[in-house]
Amino acid sequence: MKKSTRQAYGEHLNELFKSYPKMVVLDADLSGSTKTAVFKKEHPERHFNVGIAEANLMGVAAGLAAGGQIPWASTFAIFGTGRAFEIVRNSICYPNLNVKLALSHAGISAGEDGGSHQSVEDVSLMRSVPNMTVLVPADATETCRMMEAAMEIDGPVYIRLGRMDLEVLFDEDYEFTVGEGVELKIGRDVTIIAMGLMVEQAMIAAEYLKGEGISAAVINMGSIKPIDADLIVETAAKTGAIVTAEEHSIIGGLGSAVCEVVSERFPVPVVRVGLQDTFGQSGKAQDLLEHYGMTAEAIVAAAKEAIDKKV
Amino acid sequence: MKDLEKIANKIRCDIVKMVAKAGSGHPGGSLSSVEILTMLYFEKMKVDPKNPQMPNRDRLVMSKGHATPVLYSVLAAKGFFPEEELDHFRQLGSILQGHPDMRKVPGVEMSTGSLGQGISTAVGMAISGKLDQSDHRVYAILGDGELQEGLVWEAAMSAAHYKLDNLMAFVDNNDLQIDGDIRDVMSPYPIVDKFKAFGWHVISVEDGNSFDLLEKAWTEAKDVKGQPTVIICKTVKGKGVSYMENVCGWHGVAPKPEELEIALKELELED
Repeated sequence: MKKSTRQAYGEHLNELFKSYPKMVVLDADLSGSTKTAVFKKEHPERHFNVGIAEANLMGVAAGLAAGGQIPWASTFAIFGTGRAFEIVRNSICYPNLNVKLALSHAGISAGEDGGSHQSVEDVSLMRSVPNMTVLVPADATETCRMMEAAMEIDGPVYIRLGRMDLEVLFDEDYEFTVGEGVELKIGRDVTIIAMGLMVEQAMIAAEYLKGEGISAAVINMGSIKPIDADLIVETAAKTGAIVTAEEHSIIGGLGSAVCEVVSERFPVPVVRVGLQDTFGQSGKAQDLLEHYGMTAEAIVAAAKEAIDKKV
Repeated sequence: MKDLEKIANKIRCDIVKMVAKAGSGHPGGSLSSVEILTMLYFEKMKVDPKNPQMPNRDRLVMSKGHATPVLYSVLAAKGFFPEEELDHFRQLGSILQGHPDMRKVPGVEMSTGSLGQGISTAVGMAISGKLDQSDHRVYAILGDGELQEGLVWEAAMSAAHYKLDNLMAFVDNNDLQIDGDIRDVMSPYPIVDKFKAFGWHVISVEDGNSFDLLEKAWTEAKDVKGQPTVIICKTVKGKGVSYMENVCGWHGVAPKPEELEIALKELELED
């Protein structure tokens, strides 16, 4: 079964509202795309469309949180983290207000809209702001678990959502904890640490490597901040080589976060699969992922490179 | 001298003293908005300094967040925190940051300072009040230079769209910003027409340092239904200190000890 993380988000808002009557949902004229329209249909009195005004979207969300509501603010990731960056920084994170950002169309898998609409730096931006928690779901199930975890946090959370339909990887009993990675596959020779839609590619890559006699561990690192530093160190000690895989720039995202941990605590070779400091372009999502090397094949090559670099 | 004027004079003394003590800060735009804040906190707002988080309290968002000297002086005079704290303004470890921090100062409703953001958050607070069917009001204090920020107008559009008659904004129209006269730097005029075009009820106050005129405007504004109200107050930047009045150089500069002495002498003469 396939489902996009944005679709899972829209549907799960209605579920969450049953437990959190103070929830409000905000959008900036993209409710059909971000899927907050699913919530609006059920609860129009608690859905606010502020129009094409992302800065005001974030300011209004901050004010609602200050008033005791629990706002989910949605637009495209590029606008929510880019255009509205300083409002998120100063009006939401600086006062540590309880605002949840669920921003969709992140990464090049946004597809045909092209590079202007494909955020490749959103995780980097949000990760750098104090008080912000950054979560990247790998499938529809994890999206729901992350939303539930976000509601348990009294402060800002960014959940990175995508447009593309993805394989549902996890069963309903899948557990997610903020600050913890999930080891999906145990391995000896190399560890693949992935986020978002690259988790599925990491699993495929590990299977392929197995066929070549290489034992690869796979970690789904959905919690980018706080990141599971202990798990990274543990796996670095075990396998001695790491590949990171993200549909995001290798500058400031998952690859950077992992390098920060290993370089300080347990240096091992790291090879980063991700966007190599480039913007995306128009195209079908699948074609773009292949064009920019967001594939199992690229992870396999990176794994061999990382193993070769072992001292 | 009437009570409010006495309080205002004390606030002015506190402003120049705390800025002088800190050696930095924004006296000009604090002195111009003394009457607006004094009237609201001492006459109009439903707040309890003993219970600053009272759920149905009125909220004031200092959108022109650099005017902390007036906000802190008023909150201290009102009893939200000890007045001695004013001596630590802008110093390491103090609750009184250069720009207001809602997590540090009792009575500060929103962390502001980056211009344009306060009014946007005030819109969210006003929507929150409507959702909770609370009768409290949300006040926002804007600078006139601040009106150059695009976010002000995104917020203004949304306040009218959501018919936020529980939101009352004041524009401290002292005509000066850091780099000079607002009309020379980037004119926000016609301010009245702009807010009208954005769907607000607009009241002009020709002397925003007059309690009588502010009182009249507030009384009109409080009964407006179905739309937000903005009160455009013509004020004098640096009001009350002769050498600061209408001098844009006093936007963000602290008086030296001898200048402080002159300022206090002038203010005490008025007392």
